Amino acid sequence: MSPDDRIEVPADVLQFTDVSVTFATDDASPVGPAVDGVTLALRRGEIFGIVGESGSGKSTLANAVMGLLPGTATVTGSILVNGREVVGQDDAQLRSMRGDEVSMIFQDASASLDPTWPVGDQIAETIRAHRLIDRREAKARATALMTEVGIPDAADRYGDAPHRLSGGQRQRIVIAAALANDPQLLIADEPTTALDVTIQAQVLELIDRLRTVHGTTVLLISHDLGVIAQVCDRVGVMYGGVLLEVATARELFRAPKHPYTRALLAANPAGAPRGTRLPVIPAAWSIESLSEAELLAQAKEAER
Amino acid sequence: MTSRLAFVARRVLLTIPVLFVMSIVVFLIIRLVPGDPVRTMLGFRATDANVAEVRHQLGLDQDILTQYLNWAGALFRGDLGSDIVSHAPLSELLAQRLPVTFELTGLAIVLAVAIGVPLGIRAATGGRWVKRLTEGFVVFGISIPDFWLGIMLVLLFTGTLAILPPSGYVPFADDPVNNLRYMILPVLTLAVGEAAYILRTTRSALTGVLDRPFITFLRAKGLSTRRIVSGHALRNAAPAIVTVIGIQIGVLLGGAIIIETLFALPGVGRLVVTAITQRNYPAVQAGVLAIAVTFIVVSLITDILVGALDPRVSDGKST
Repeated sequence: MSPDDRIEVPADVLQFTDVSVTFATDDASPVGPAVDGVTLALRRGEIFGIVGESGSGKSTLANAVMGLLPGTATVTGSILVNGREVVGQDDAQLRSMRGDEVSMIFQDASASLDPTWPVGDQIAETIRAHRLIDRREAKARATALMTEVGIPDAADRYGDAPHRLSGGQRQRIVIAAALANDPQLLIADEPTTALDVTIQAQVLELIDRLRTVHGTTVLLISHDLGVIAQVCDRVGVMYGGVLLEVATARELFRAPKHPYTRALLAANPAGAPRGTRLPVIPAAWSIESLSEAELLAQAKEAER
Repeated sequence: MTSRLAFVARRVLLTIPVLFVMSIVVFLIIRLVPGDPVRTMLGFRATDANVAEVRHQLGLDQDILTQYLNWAGALFRGDLGSDIVSHAPLSELLAQRLPVTFELTGLAIVLAVAIGVPLGIRAATGGRWVKRLTEGFVVFGISIPDFWLGIMLVLLFTGTLAILPPSGYVPFADDPVNNLRYMILPVLTLAVGEAAYILRTTRSALTGVLDRPFITFLRAKGLSTRRIVSGHALRNAAPAIVTVIGIQIGVLLGGAIIIETLFALPGVGRLVVTAITQRNYPAVQAGVLAIAVTFIVVSLITDILVGALDPRVSDGKST
């Protein structure tokens, strides 16, 4: 199928326009937004990385796409998935999108699977939630997916409970469950953080291979610059809820433009000479040292 | 699958030492009671000769190990001894009494589960008013003593409304409708408190499960809340609920003693109470033994069910 045969597929799978997220607090004291005015478009088929420290708003942004934020959150602006607005949709509409058009995987795969269900059924379940197919067909498709994500003897492992699989295998199952309906967008929130380094590389390779095979666009969220460098095409740096800088991965690592990005890249223990103190993010950019208001002002200042 | 079978076999084997220890405890209870049981039984007018005769009759003049071995050996042959008042074999007596107790506790636990589990699910997933109303029921159900609730129910249904008999019993086989009419009030009395416990357990187990990360992933897969609760959350909460139901059956068996007396039901509980007042200690021993064995069997079934519900348990992994 050549691109011309497609009927008006918008170029951008995911488009944020001036997206802000605020959380209501009990004591009515004004708290700065967790995500502040993010504008960003993801191109079809790319892996876009969002990097930032804890509390920079990267996970909040991802959860806003899925409509998985808690009831205390208010989202403003516009989030378009394949040209359709997500902000303000009701739960039934969001549900038909989740797991079908857009999937999301989370940090700890061991905690993402139901411990009492066979792993294969947890994949088949995603298919059956969106497609009218019978049990046997869903099982066959789930087994094929298990093989595709690299589970050996998939048919034999289908009925195993999650605890019988290794951590890496569990993450593969989670990925298979997320990709079961060939979503156009996969949001991966720290997908490898809970895994050890070798498994981490394997899982990243898997994500990279699957997006090539299926043409999936990936939004990869990580605090780990190594992970970002390994697979991302483009990278956005988030700080205090603001998207500071967007660049190709190559550009970002070679010539970071924003002072915070430079500070973040410099805070890399692997680059530090032996016997010296490890480089850290300077106090001026430290989230702890600043009040919320100052932090935002500083980020906005830098943005200009 | 083989690990499941091994788990069941292991659990079944484990009941053997439990039964053994239980038999020792039941055997010793009466012998550890201060004073001479035979003298207490016969009253202060008994002569020494009388006491010696009865003691010989009951085998109490032998040393304690021989006594235990004789008793346990007879147990294996299904011989529980005989009632010293009516001289009827206790195995026959229990065969009449146990069905009454089983019907009472069985119906009570079924009713309690039928009320407690669905309300517990609503309490964990519903709005603020559902939570308040169910909490009110929990406080009410747990605080009210059985015997008082029983009396109030009799006053209401027999006194004011005059639609149910206050007490009595007919076997189910003779007259099913009247049997159930006699059972309604005692079952209701026992079920209210149990339903409150089961509601509370269901609510807290389900609330805990719904906070876990895999629920978020299920939502991200596009499942409806209903499917998530019924297919996943409840299955994960089930081991805790089943465990509490198992324990509560034990509590019910104990509670049946009071309720059977209150409603004049000829169950094991009343057998024990009557036997205690008559110092009829073989009957006390047999009744306590029957209730203890029932509870051990219920625990066994509970554990096997929990193993079937949670594959980590049957694989011997901690949860």
